[in-house]
Amino acid sequence: MLFKNYNPLDKKMFQIMDENSNIKNEEYMPDLNKEELLTMYENMIQTREADLKALMYQRQGRMLTYAPNIGQEAAQVGSAFALEKKDWMVPSFRELGAWLTRGADLKMIYLYWYGNEFGSHIPEDLKILPVSVPIASHLNHAVGISWASTLQGKDEVSIAYFGDGATSQGDFHEAMNWAGAFNTPTVFLCQNNQFAISVPRGSQTSSETIAQKAVAYGMPGIQVDGNDILAMYVATKTAIERARRGEGPTLIEAYTYRIGAHTTSDDPTRYRTDDEVEVWKKKDPIDRMKKYLIDKGYLNEEENDRLVEKCGKIAEEAFKYVETNGKTKLDDIFKYHYKEITPQLLEQMEEYKEFLNERGEL
Amino acid sequence: MTTINLLQAVNLTLKQEMARDQRIIVFGEDVGYEGGVFRATVDLQKEFGKDRCMDSPLSESSIVGVGIGMAINGMLPVVEMQFMGFSYPAFNQIISHVARMRNRSRGRFSVPMVIRMPYGGGIRALEHHSESTEAIYSHIPGLKVVIPSTPYDAKGLLAAAIRDEDPVIFLEPKRIYRAFKQEVPDEEYIIPIGKANVVREGKDITLISWGAMMREALKAADLAKDKGISVEVIDLRTISPIDRDTIIESVKKTGRVVIVHEAAKTLGVGAELISIINEKAFLYLEAPPLRVTGFDTPFPLPQGEHHYLPSPERIFNKIMETVNYLT
Repeated sequence: MLFKNYNPLDKKMFQIMDENSNIKNEEYMPDLNKEELLTMYENMIQTREADLKALMYQRQGRMLTYAPNIGQEAAQVGSAFALEKKDWMVPSFRELGAWLTRGADLKMIYLYWYGNEFGSHIPEDLKILPVSVPIASHLNHAVGISWASTLQGKDEVSIAYFGDGATSQGDFHEAMNWAGAFNTPTVFLCQNNQFAISVPRGSQTSSETIAQKAVAYGMPGIQVDGNDILAMYVATKTAIERARRGEGPTLIEAYTYRIGAHTTSDDPTRYRTDDEVEVWKKKDPIDRMKKYLIDKGYLNEEENDRLVEKCGKIAEEAFKYVETNGKTKLDDIFKYHYKEITPQLLEQMEEYKEFLNERGEL
Repeated sequence: MTTINLLQAVNLTLKQEMARDQRIIVFGEDVGYEGGVFRATVDLQKEFGKDRCMDSPLSESSIVGVGIGMAINGMLPVVEMQFMGFSYPAFNQIISHVARMRNRSRGRFSVPMVIRMPYGGGIRALEHHSESTEAIYSHIPGLKVVIPSTPYDAKGLLAAAIRDEDPVIFLEPKRIYRAFKQEVPDEEYIIPIGKANVVREGKDITLISWGAMMREALKAADLAKDKGISVEVIDLRTISPIDRDTIIESVKKTGRVVIVHEAAKTLGVGAELISIINEKAFLYLEAPPLRVTGFDTPFPLPQGEHHYLPSPERIFNKIMETVNYLT
């Protein structure tokens, strides 16, 4: 019913909790208990704190280029919270909140942004693919994973995250087309944060919404208030359940805003106004959920402060671990590329080691 | 034993491998119902059903990209690019993901897939249908590139490619798909990837080639034999990783080398082979290593292709030039 009631061609945005934290759409209110709501909130806070620390470390020259998530926490945490452990997540590169919600260790994520491939070594018990830097190509991987699930009779769904810019890529269309044609259990989750680096959404496509692109591929699409964590959870959960029932893929457009820069190498003041950013800051997804939880009596200011402090400490500890253990070992550059190292690669490694050895640097 | 052509060898191997391992799935444009435009996958759908051999949408990037996802989630995709010239839309998937996934994830996720592509000229085809750009894929770390030149090799090498835990680009020289038949064992066998084949032993000069050009190379070796020159002929079989030992051993024995490929000359695989020979056997050389190749142009349309493809006569002349160097 949700996808029928919010047909993308009607251009209605799905929202449960409005910008003043009032429940406006009681009909769709999810059945989440206090503990679950607080867990979701904690994941948002952890994401925000990890972002703030990462930005600080990057400015201190202790971390690589970093892609901040500030402003998009609800879109990520809300959607990822709807997944089960058995489901697959296929991320792009700005999904810290989704990673953490699925149980990924912040140490691993920081290790990646510190410049060590072991940050992409996903533990065996997590069904998450590594960060994908090329735009939209990973959407096909999500389709392949979920198609393989169907063929092997595994009860799994895959979710792929991408940005509004990705919808301009051929791979977006190929993946959507394939998923529609094969009815694969795939959820396409577009975080429309309004900018592909400096190019605004309006220059990216002349579709009025991203969600309506679903129509062309024969699947439901829905535009959701991406700063409303409850709506994000409900829309994703509905799409996941639909996929699990064998009814095929769904496209979800999380309508949100990137408060920060594209990455730490980018200067967003060159392509957008302070006024625009201020408008969106007032729609902060964390503020919105916080007020809701306080109004409900689930949280008070003091508990909130303690939570923020705790999450900040976790981020500090994670980074401390990374700075102590994050150096790449020489052998690791060579040994993971093929199942067995090739004679060529072995020779290159040995020659380089000899060079280092002669200089007393090995 | 059964007497079959290269195309039938590919088909037979796919059938045997699919029967052996349920995880193998074959897909691509037209490969299902029709059995491929060359019929390499004919009868697979009939025998194994639509879930094991199917027609994909016309989307090369997806064929490879979806294959990546399937490989990650426990299956062994053997996908077909209808022609090598149509693999370029899938280039990003192949280079950015197929070749890197194992390294990126430090071994957590590998992509044990085979990407089959009919390649090369000589069949009077349209533009884009005669590509021989094996050097491009060979330059990408993480891929293995394999080219058979006979039905026997096609069977053993394709079986090896399917069983390999690394991704393999399997290039099928379509000019010799149906050119000749050979006795091939019915039972399964493997020809190891990464090993060249000394097709004919000789002592005066080493002639290296692969794919459809092997036939021309052997004809040239016969012409040289008539002149009393003993040519050692090597079929490279695997373009990446190159079997350096076999090459070096041969060049140390003969002191002379000619390389034949139908790909464009500049930065082709021949250039890599010559570098290897210079690095490892320079002092054994009696003459500069030479190449007979296609030209640095697009492959010509059929009215011009006989000029482009190395002929036995062009190869023979280069052999004589090498043999007569400074004498």
